[in-house]
Amino acid sequence: MTKPLVRPRRKDPLKKTRVPLLPQGTRSRTALGLTAAAAEGRFQLQVCSECGTVVYPPRDACPRCLSARLPFQDVANGGTLLAETTIHTSTDVYFRERMPWRIGTVALDAGPSIVAHLHGDVREGERVRLQLKLDKSGQAIAIALPADDTPNMADDPQWRELTCDPKYRRVLITDGRTAVGQALAQAMSEAGAGIVFVGVADPWKPFAGEDRLRQIERVEIVALDLTDTISVNECAGEFAPRVDILVNNAEYVRTGGLLERKGLTVAREELEMRYFGLTRLAQAFGPVLRARGADGVNSAAAFVNLLSVYALVNWPAYGAFSATEAACLSAAQSLRAELRPGGVKVLNAFFGPLETEWYQAVPPPKVAPAALARAVVGALQQGLEDVFVGDIAQDIRARLAVNPKALERELGS
Amino acid sequence: MNARRQPYDGIVVAAPVTVPYRRYSTNTAHWWVGRAVREVIQRAGLRSADIDGLSLSSFTVGPDTAIGLTQHLGLSPRWLDHVPLGGASGVVALRRAARAVQCGDAEFVVCVAGDTNQVDSFRRMLSTFSRFAQDAVYPYGSGGPNASFALITRNYMKHYGATREDFGRICVAQRDNALKFPHALMKRRLTLDEYLSARSISDPIHLFDCVMPCAGAEAFLVCREDAAKSQGIPAARLLATIERHNAFPEDPIQYRGGWVMDVAELYAMAGVAADDVDFVQTYDDYPVICMMQIEDLGFCAKGEGPDFIRSHTLTADGSFPHNTSGGQLSVGQAGAAGGFLGLVEAVRQVTGSALGTQVPDATVGLVSGFGMITYDRGLASGAALLAGGHP
Amino acid sequence: MAAADLMAFAGSIAAGDIEVVDLTHTLTPEFPTIVMPPELGQCAPFRMEEVSRYDERGPAWYWNNISMGEHTGTHFDAPVHWISGKDLPNASVDTIPPANFIAPAVVIDISAQSAANPDYELSVADVEAWEKRHGRIPPRSWVLLRTDWHKRSGREYVNMREDGQHSPGPCPEVVRFLVEERDVHGLGTETIGTDAGQAFHFNPPYPAHYYMHGTGRYGLQCLANLDLLPPTGAVIVAAPLKIRRGSGSPLRVLALVPRGGRRA
Repeated sequence: MTKPLVRPRRKDPLKKTRVPLLPQGTRSRTALGLTAAAAEGRFQLQVCSECGTVVYPPRDACPRCLSARLPFQDVANGGTLLAETTIHTSTDVYFRERMPWRIGTVALDAGPSIVAHLHGDVREGERVRLQLKLDKSGQAIAIALPADDTPNMADDPQWRELTCDPKYRRVLITDGRTAVGQALAQAMSEAGAGIVFVGVADPWKPFAGEDRLRQIERVEIVALDLTDTISVNECAGEFAPRVDILVNNAEYVRTGGLLERKGLTVAREELEMRYFGLTRLAQAFGPVLRARGADGVNSAAAFVNLLSVYALVNWPAYGAFSATEAACLSAAQSLRAELRPGGVKVLNAFFGPLETEWYQAVPPPKVAPAALARAVVGALQQGLEDVFVGDIAQDIRARLAVNPKALERELGS
Repeated sequence: MNARRQPYDGIVVAAPVTVPYRRYSTNTAHWWVGRAVREVIQRAGLRSADIDGLSLSSFTVGPDTAIGLTQHLGLSPRWLDHVPLGGASGVVALRRAARAVQCGDAEFVVCVAGDTNQVDSFRRMLSTFSRFAQDAVYPYGSGGPNASFALITRNYMKHYGATREDFGRICVAQRDNALKFPHALMKRRLTLDEYLSARSISDPIHLFDCVMPCAGAEAFLVCREDAAKSQGIPAARLLATIERHNAFPEDPIQYRGGWVMDVAELYAMAGVAADDVDFVQTYDDYPVICMMQIEDLGFCAKGEGPDFIRSHTLTADGSFPHNTSGGQLSVGQAGAAGGFLGLVEAVRQVTGSALGTQVPDATVGLVSGFGMITYDRGLASGAALLAGGHP
Repeated sequence: MAAADLMAFAGSIAAGDIEVVDLTHTLTPEFPTIVMPPELGQCAPFRMEEVSRYDERGPAWYWNNISMGEHTGTHFDAPVHWISGKDLPNASVDTIPPANFIAPAVVIDISAQSAANPDYELSVADVEAWEKRHGRIPPRSWVLLRTDWHKRSGREYVNMREDGQHSPGPCPEVVRFLVEERDVHGLGTETIGTDAGQAFHFNPPYPAHYYMHGTGRYGLQCLANLDLLPPTGAVIVAAPLKIRRGSGSPLRVLALVPRGGRRA
């Protein structure tokens, strides 16, 4: 039975902060196929195209027929736990300070035996579900969960180490002026966040939903203007050590490609809010987040970027906007690598048009702010690195995987 | 059974050498290998120029391989081999060298295994051990093979009713053997109680189930019987060998090794039966593997290992002499030399020149090799039957 | 004569006989700007990016790069800023004759009325009542509208509601009066904009901008400390940056006032 997590007490200010350590993070190129699957919460293994054998560990020739065609595919994740061991001693510095640690051999129904981390509620001889997750070094590992959900399952210490659950963590949502920001505040509060800081710029400008926002449980409004370096630095100076999950939901959406808009003022505002806003947040909050990746129950866990799916492929109707989003995506990838030494995950949440005013003329399906917020919370609870929210985003992702050039034409027509 | 396998008529193993082990050494693997090679040459009454075959096994000789050692040691062999098979290195090096000598490709082959051990050697060696270990084992916490063998041990215990006491018996007996062996690094008696109450490493593996990594070297000479006689050195005759890698890949978890596939051929080629064997040197990275070897090499049926252990005494003077110098568990594991330790001890025993306890009337000895757990099971296995005296 | 006057003038400032009142808000990132409907171009807020601060980026010096709009903070409006002045000569900040940056000012106090009603409109009657007490407005004087709005901050300063900004300003008639009957130099206010917050709905919309700039006159906005000025007798120094074809700029607005002439 998993012991429910206890709300963490205030940190002893005299205690040294534990330095984040990482488990072994080297993988062969082929094994990175597991990392790609884990990033999105998929369970995939190599399946031989010629004889259908499911293969593990990842490799470059089928052990049954020697075929070189071993693509990663979704595979049924049920299995049986054959044997388990509790490790008490390790030469590995990361695991040494997390002993005891349980691992086991799972006989997957699909064929291979997989050595996996074990959720505390699985028992030898019983049925399990395997999942691929990203560990603190950003690489894929397998974890065996009980066949059915158990009470307080998300509070299991090994599971929590692999995810970014908002429960009992302190969240900063960078822009509370928007419907998405307000929905995020609501969703984080409901997910059990300890505090939900919500950044609001231009306090002299009223905004819709302000009253409701202030009434959400455990929400605290903080001054934060993502277009103002001084504001971001001051906010970080006061709050960064108390932020475990930062959600950058800065929004700036305008129609038009490069030619339709006259001049650069809109482009500058767009870049200020989106790209430079992200840069400011990274510079001001990044180092502190990175230092607190192993800091107890409410350790720094994630930096979340809300990105248009058109960061991946340009939609000329929103062409300049897409380009700015693309810049943000690339920056987020750099940030992912820069925060990894602290074991802090960068989660990119991609979505298509939203049910908000700047997508007014776009026909459905569109993503409701509440749905986006729930998807972000869910992705944090699963420890994902990339999540595609809504039909359009998933459609774009699927088409990109098959023929990017065709998609470029389709969006540009 | 493969009827076309050539017998090893007239091929012997001589000049068994152990370079005394040290827990940590600032010397390189090259130094340890060099000392072993020198001593083999001296014992055999030869000179470097006479050595026309070299087989090397080492984890820490990098960035060199066997070829670098030829220049380093001043040898000009016409036969060269590098055997990176860990605990199976001894048996496999012997197999290769024997055929070379038998066919006349070489006359005097020195087989040597040596490794140094510095404070971070083990950890660094592990991190580059194998691709599967990198991708699918080390991210899971053990920082070494302990957890992998814990899973194998746990599964074996569950299926066959082996208890920790059973494994403890093996370890205690080996420690008794080691107390007489001058090169053993473990010098204190081990009781079953101490074994049972030792701290857990990775359940059900506890402290005394694990070898102690150290620096050392083991070596021997392979040549024709008449050559050994000319040099006036005692020699063990090679009766038979087997070798098998990645056996039973369909087993969801390892409970048997490659020997099962070829054990009948081993005894048939040697012209002896399991009952004729006077002592057994198993590869003892963990006691569960000893038990598996005892089963798979024909001393009892699969699953009867625990009973066998309970009904025999495994000391050198017991009813089933096993790892008579103490095995790696008590002598220490000097890297790849751990795969030579049993073979070198076997040669001493059948030639009546044991450094520790001599098994009485030791005529036929069985040496087993095993190792290279890259993912979840040991891949390499082999065995050899040696005999002393005259045919 | 002028040479002696000038020296006496400098001496008076140094001695404090002439007081220098700063009518300028400090430029900070938090200072509100005018907000246009979202589909239109916006005025950039003031921003500072530190270049170095005695550190690895510049070991012995501290400096910043700044950015803002021409109409950010306390600022000057040139005639070319409005459509009605677009074709006038000498109508941008770089071509306005520099002598026009120094001019006397009258201060009309509608602070009480504005406190009671944020949409208060200065009327012709208000001006006539003021003139009864203080005399006719001299030609080429700045008319500064004291509303005490500068004492507000943040939300109250901008006073934005669902139907837009609510702040005091001149009605269309009084602007025409000041232009046609009094030949004023320009209009200065404490609010964001020389026009009332709801002036979009006036006829013409934004009459202060329309008539002032349309006749080659100037505007000053986001002024502070008008409550420290006497109704008459102050001289304003307001010289915008010399921006090529600029429509305005943030600037330092100084009022020169005889000692004791300051209001408490």
